[in-house]
Amino acid sequence: MQAALTTSMTFRYFKQQVFFTVVRLSALLIALALGGLIAYIVANGISAISWDFLTLPPTDSMTKGGIMPAILGTLYLTIGAIAVALPLGVVSAIYLTEYAKQGRFVRLVRIGINCLAGVPSVVFGLFGLGFFVVFLHFGSCILSGALTLGILVLPTIIGASEEALKAVPQTFREASLALGVSKWETIYKIVLPNALPGILTGSILGIGRAAGETAPIMFTAAAFFTAKLPSSVFDEVMALPYHVYVLATAGTHIDQTRSIQYGTVLVLVGLVLGVDLIAIVIRSYVRKKKRW
Amino acid sequence: MEGNSIIELKNVNFFYGKTRALTDITMDFSKNRVTALIGPSGCGKSTLLRVLNRMNDLIDGTKVEGEIIFEGINIYKPDVDPVDIRRKIGMVFQKPNPFPKSIFSNIAYAPRLAGITKRSDLEFLVEESLKQAVLWDEVRDILGKSAMTLSGGQQQRLCIARALAMKPDVILMDEPTSALDPISTAKIEELIDELRRNYTIIIVTHNMQQAARVSSKTGFFYLGKLIEYNATEKIFTNPDVKQTEDYITGRFG
Repeated sequence: MQAALTTSMTFRYFKQQVFFTVVRLSALLIALALGGLIAYIVANGISAISWDFLTLPPTDSMTKGGIMPAILGTLYLTIGAIAVALPLGVVSAIYLTEYAKQGRFVRLVRIGINCLAGVPSVVFGLFGLGFFVVFLHFGSCILSGALTLGILVLPTIIGASEEALKAVPQTFREASLALGVSKWETIYKIVLPNALPGILTGSILGIGRAAGETAPIMFTAAAFFTAKLPSSVFDEVMALPYHVYVLATAGTHIDQTRSIQYGTVLVLVGLVLGVDLIAIVIRSYVRKKKRW
Repeated sequence: MEGNSIIELKNVNFFYGKTRALTDITMDFSKNRVTALIGPSGCGKSTLLRVLNRMNDLIDGTKVEGEIIFEGINIYKPDVDPVDIRRKIGMVFQKPNPFPKSIFSNIAYAPRLAGITKRSDLEFLVEESLKQAVLWDEVRDILGKSAMTLSGGQQQRLCIARALAMKPDVILMDEPTSALDPISTAKIEELIDELRRNYTIIIVTHNMQQAARVSSKTGFFYLGKLIEYNATEKIFTNPDVKQTEDYITGRFG
């Protein structure tokens, strides 16, 4: 009896060890994949990075010079996408969580939003081309690109905002309403401030992802090459992801520009990680302050 | 001894969807008195409390029948704004629920939105409310600190102060001491005794002794019905209905 018990304990301990090892290995694998990818990009791209690379436009049919217009273009498009999607997404999330009567209609809207999140980005690009560029006559420009990217990240922002709003304790709402404060004031003064960090974190992560997308902007905003900087939202811009795509596939000097390609990718990855870092800093700052 | 009634219920029924939670409640609450509502869990006493300041409006699919007259007006008439009702009928919840703001802002929050914007007026109001809630001496030097740093009992008194700052006529208390230790409970009960002079208090409690100590009238609820409503002394010494006696003496519930 005692022996049987010991054997079964040993076996259970063995099973536990196997399980832990599998879990550790999976985590390690993911970390390695990410680390390897970044290491590879840094190793290949770091030699291209210089002050001139970051501050000058491309020269000599884009085989020399820098990528400054593409960096600026990506920044403009990203900021534009935030300006479009953040207010719209937050307001939609407020409607869905705070106002809408939970029922079939809201369920349908949620399904729609989830479907939108699963649509391939090239479809957003084609929609942007059809609607903003052609139908609304915006042409290929920052405005069209920012709107397209904005729609692309809208589901992410709505999702993040809904989660953040739901995470605000119901007791806060009740306490405020019971004091004779109106529903809108309760949302504006109590719910939203407490949800804002969560909304921002989720949204910024979504935007960072969108900043690296090529397909949505290639038909709507990105120029193959333009040395001149945009003077209005109706101008075309260069953008980092599209620049890489062009150099790596469409140029006549693909091998010659290899190091510029890696350099550009490195800058893009750096930008996205930088944006993510902002989100992480906001989150950790708020976690420290939060006490409920 | 009977004071003027401030709230009157006439044949009130309440439904959560198809479930009936209150059946044909007719009762009135006297001005400047403490009324206790007792009964086993799920008997409808908390529901009744939330009917009185229209907090149940927030739940989808609820329905109220009958009349609830507060200061001569049926508060469920279509042209009555629940926000106005809740300004006059304050509420203190089971678990202390201060906002994650400073002590000062917790109290100044609602008055500020109601239109009191002068700093000196707000400061006066905050001090007055905290004094009424017997919390002033403990927090006068830390008004800028987060309310979340206070103890549970202090938080509950802060919530009472917060309700008082709106100068309501009635204060509803939903088991205000059930999450507190005996010493904090005693302080809240003393406070209720003080507040009784200027406010009408309706308190839901699971604690028989508490009902006996603080209230002048007690209503006993069972299965959504008002079984007996009488002077507290009578309810606890010589109730008219056998069910009431069984509950109070601990034979069921």
